[in-house]
Amino acid sequence: MVAWVPRLRRYARALVNNRDDADDLVQDTLERALTKSALWRGVADMRAWLFGVMHNLHVDGVRRPKLHTVVLDDDTPEVPVAAAQGERLAVLDLQAALERLPVEQREIILLVALEDMSYAEVAATLGIPIGSVMSRLSRGRARLQSLMDGQPDTVHLKVVK
Amino acid sequence: MNPIVPPATPVTEAELHAYVDRQLTPERQREIEAYLARRPEEALRVEAYRGQKRELQALFKPVLEEPLPQRLRVAAAPPTPWYLQRLVAGLAIAVVSGVAGWGLRGSYQHESGAAVLAQRGLPGAITMTSATGFARRAAVAHAVYSPDMRRAVEIGADQESQLVAWLSKRMGATMKPPHLQALGYALEGGRLLPGDKGPVAQFMYHDSAGARLTLYVSNEVTDAGVKKPGENNQQTAFRFAREGQVNVFYWVNGPFGYAISADADKAELARVSGEVYRQLETPR
Repeated sequence: MVAWVPRLRRYARALVNNRDDADDLVQDTLERALTKSALWRGVADMRAWLFGVMHNLHVDGVRRPKLHTVVLDDDTPEVPVAAAQGERLAVLDLQAALERLPVEQREIILLVALEDMSYAEVAATLGIPIGSVMSRLSRGRARLQSLMDGQPDTVHLKVVK
Repeated sequence: MNPIVPPATPVTEAELHAYVDRQLTPERQREIEAYLARRPEEALRVEAYRGQKRELQALFKPVLEEPLPQRLRVAAAPPTPWYLQRLVAGLAIAVVSGVAGWGLRGSYQHESGAAVLAQRGLPGAITMTSATGFARRAAVAHAVYSPDMRRAVEIGADQESQLVAWLSKRMGATMKPPHLQALGYALEGGRLLPGDKGPVAQFMYHDSAGARLTLYVSNEVTDAGVKKPGENNQQTAFRFAREGQVNVFYWVNGPFGYAISADADKAELARVSGEVYRQLETPR
């Protein structure tokens, strides 16, 4: 299990961009994984399982909005927003741009770039269909690029439930 | 006459990303290369996405090389519990335990401050001398069955529910083998053996190097059968014995006696015993 820790840390650090929060997430993941050690024998892909545990913990931790919102599905077109008057369009560095991505796009970009996962592995890790993986990957990369080029950001629509 | 060229399959957005991530068949990869050669703006986009990947990898590579914080090392590999650490060092620790037997969900009463450190030489102390009958039988059972390549167990781990049902019925109590994957041991299976007066359950595990470890569970061990004369009857003590080439860690808890046997060293046995004991305490 110790062998997995550096890679879990790397993914967590890229996901939450704060060393202590990232290590908290890794610690929670390890503790949860060990309490479920009875399941390990049935696990075909340990990496997908472990990173999936981290994904679930992260999602549960993040899901405390004041208004209960629901993200619209992947087919909803994103709306470009004109810059507010006087607002400077900054060219963002990669770290800052990454932070501005919605988490569901960020996760996929990171699993593909850092862990070199296949799309099927990403789908298994996150528990989503491959079609969703592809559309989020496509939007995420496009958005990341435009953030780094200093283009106006798109609005990611959410519906207030 | 012009040859009829079949139209190329349209290139989808998903395929462009698969091209970036090298997840295409070599043939399709070549087709998309040709496609991109005719479309410079798409080629630039693909190259930009490749650049994103390279930059992300470079940005976060240093995290892989950072030394691990202690708390994560501990979370990944919990250390030997305190009541076994000193045992490894040569002193015996007696633990007060109100835990019910294997698989039963009794209430767990832990009397704080009641752990007693028994030192060698004091009356009632446990010494690492030759095994009592119980531990000796466990060691012999280990020595007899662990060298077998093909017949080490009677029912394999692939039929775990059958194994559990059979052993539980014969032993008169639920016999679920603990899971030791966190320590690197896989369950191979189990069998029923003759004990002193009745049946005994034996579970066999092996590590990635093929070294074997057995867990021997008896319900006919009384404290009198394990403790030496004059020993205090109120406490569960972890004992160590060596029988020939086999090291044995054993203890009595409620109506059951447990022995872990292996060729492995004391420290390793202590780790495994701690985990087995811990799993018995946790309602499952």
